[in-house]
Amino acid sequence: MSSKSERSPSPSEVGFHVFSRRSLFAAAGAVGVGLVAAGYGDKASTTPGTTPGTAAAAAGSGNPVSVGSNYSDEKPKAAFAAAIAATGVPATINTVDHNSFQENFNTYIQQPDDVMTWFAGYRMRAFAAKGVVGDISDVWAKFTDFSDGFKKASTANDGKQYFVPFYFYPWAVHYRKSLFTEKGYAIPTTWDEFKALCDKMKADGITPLAAANDGNWPQMGMFDMINMRTNGYDFHVSLMAGKESWTDDKVKNVFKHWAEITPYYQPDANGRTWQDAATALGKKECGMYLLGTFVTDNFDPSKDSGAQAIIDDIDFFAFPAIDPAHGQDAVEAPIDGFMMAAKPKDEAGAKALLGGLGGAPAIDAYIGLNPSVVAANSKAKTDGYSALQKKSAELVGSAKQISQFLDRDTDPAFASEVVGKALADFLADNSQVDSILSTVEDQKKTYTFE
Amino acid sequence: MSIPVVPEDVLPEAVLADDALTAPRRGRRQRFSQLSRRDKGVLGVMVGIPALVHILLVWLPAIFTGILSFAKWDNVRPIDTIKFVGFQNYWTIFTIFDSQLFPALFNNFVLIVWLFICSAIGVLLAYLLDKGIKGTRLYQSVYYFPVVLSLAVVGFMWKSVMFSRDTGLLNKLWPGGPIDFVGDQKKIITFHIPFLDSPLGLSRNFAALLIAMAWRHIGYIMVLYLAGLKSVDPSLREAAAIDGCTDWQSFRRVVFPALRPINVVVAVITVIEALRAYDIVAALGVQRGTEVMGTLVTTALTGEGGGRVGIGSAYGMVLFLLCIGFIIWYVINNFREQDT
Repeated sequence: MSSKSERSPSPSEVGFHVFSRRSLFAAAGAVGVGLVAAGYGDKASTTPGTTPGTAAAAAGSGNPVSVGSNYSDEKPKAAFAAAIAATGVPATINTVDHNSFQENFNTYIQQPDDVMTWFAGYRMRAFAAKGVVGDISDVWAKFTDFSDGFKKASTANDGKQYFVPFYFYPWAVHYRKSLFTEKGYAIPTTWDEFKALCDKMKADGITPLAAANDGNWPQMGMFDMINMRTNGYDFHVSLMAGKESWTDDKVKNVFKHWAEITPYYQPDANGRTWQDAATALGKKECGMYLLGTFVTDNFDPSKDSGAQAIIDDIDFFAFPAIDPAHGQDAVEAPIDGFMMAAKPKDEAGAKALLGGLGGAPAIDAYIGLNPSVVAANSKAKTDGYSALQKKSAELVGSAKQISQFLDRDTDPAFASEVVGKALADFLADNSQVDSILSTVEDQKKTYTFE
Repeated sequence: MSIPVVPEDVLPEAVLADDALTAPRRGRRQRFSQLSRRDKGVLGVMVGIPALVHILLVWLPAIFTGILSFAKWDNVRPIDTIKFVGFQNYWTIFTIFDSQLFPALFNNFVLIVWLFICSAIGVLLAYLLDKGIKGTRLYQSVYYFPVVLSLAVVGFMWKSVMFSRDTGLLNKLWPGGPIDFVGDQKKIITFHIPFLDSPLGLSRNFAALLIAMAWRHIGYIMVLYLAGLKSVDPSLREAAAIDGCTDWQSFRRVVFPALRPINVVVAVITVIEALRAYDIVAALGVQRGTEVMGTLVTTALTGEGGGRVGIGSAYGMVLFLLCIGFIIWYVINNFREQDT
């Protein structure tokens, strides 16, 4: 639990609340499949071709491809087995608890399965640069259903693709529709409109921005958004790659903009959990909240009868534009997906499986059993989506660039040891920006970015 | 047969083994000093196996950590990519990460002082409860209750139930408006150290964390000491009373010195608890201002996508040297006492 709170949640750890008859069926189905899977222990074999769908080309050697999976909870586990079955490629799934999978990945990747679950962004690029995962550009050559943003997020420093996106969740500014209608607030699209709206809320006795920073990661989202709106996605990537100086005026400019809105923050953000801030949004004590769409996870209809109404009332808008040159182009959306080992035992089979997992039938089969995610594939069925899921798919599908979140776009150690602490220091006392940034720059030089 | 040279703390086990293995078969009670070759073998195995396990699991990793603290390695590429860089890691943590290292060391130091104060309170409570006041058992249970919880759980409980700025009990009761007990890194007291850029000090959130630690530590020491007090021969106190001692004087001059072994255990536990502090800090989210050595080690070592093995090991060695310094001091002191 503590380890989970120290980094931003993965899409697999959080999901959308889909509470419909459909999800009840899905849960029942998951229990059934889960029992079968449990019979095999950790090595649940899937039989090929049992689920209808377009079967990808049969594997080269005929031996099952081994897949390292962190889909360890019951529902995702069953759903993932169904997705593998939908590809038609025979595969053996080795499931590991998702926390230990992540923490031991450094060791695991030295003797990996042929295909494994992982995350996009620096977390993928670092391993690609180290040469421990395989180039799958030829698999990507056949993909037609992914937007450019997804391709960029799957591309490593050498310009080749190493990652197949599966699903994601976006970050955006959340608000309660009923509050906005009641007070006549309009959705802001520019920085000035945003600040004007904050002023208006303040005058109405509402704290404009809900703010949390417990675990030192939630405010990384605010830094990322302001940075990409003022300096653009490319600057974000090279800053995260350690190529830019943190004492550069461009970075100082980010903090200058940020300092303009911290007066609208809920006071004492540093000690507040994202859940407490979400509760304040739910109670309409706060007007807006920049967080991932997992904000709705805080409201549990099975424990609180009013929760479903709040979930249905929550909507989001893209972070407002600051510099017109960059508009609202970039969207922050952590993506879960797959990588291939550098030297898989069965390369043809692994690539056939990855090709299949990138296809619509695989994610459709997955969502059939676990409907709380949003598919990366643009041809995936969306009829079961909630309004928030549909909106997420649109927001990210139309994005020119997709960033992964600060602690996924840079060396995770640099993010937690240096940047997270610096942002907390900034929130505690925003008059010290220059000295905070020069510390970051000094400490940055001790990291070897890939 | 020669008088065996056996370390004091092995004695009880040796006696037990002696009884269990030899007494039933030979039907007579063998004296401890008459160790047969077989006994020596048994003794050797009984001491040898734990020693071996100890060396394998404690000393080898410690030595490897020491070696790695002079190296640069990302924990992903093969072992032959380890590059030795001399004292560079130490240089890095003492000069570039000084704004993290020294506050952490300072917090550990504060913890040692604070936990000794808590231990004293625990001893005092034990003394009071031992006097058999009304409802002793109730008090005992109440004070002891937090000890059954791990510090991590204590951290989670205090964070959400007591400290939370929006919903915490302390904030509802506090007259001066809500206080961010968890996240407020402002310093209560500061000390300017000549060679450091920023002053060291006790931050508000660390002070709050100290309260939560005291809640558990006081009960722990109290129970330990109460058990010790029960074992004191009552005739000692009677004699002191006849000689005209007050209650407090007999505790201070007679009972307390008689409990020297317990006192040593309490002191050791207190120092070790202070140096190894990690779980409660982690449970509270490793807030700025609350970092201790334990959290610096783990954040550097357990990152995904490329841990910082060298830096983390260097932090680890600093902590290790602190612990070993204390242990050496303790062992020397102990042996000196035994010699006199």
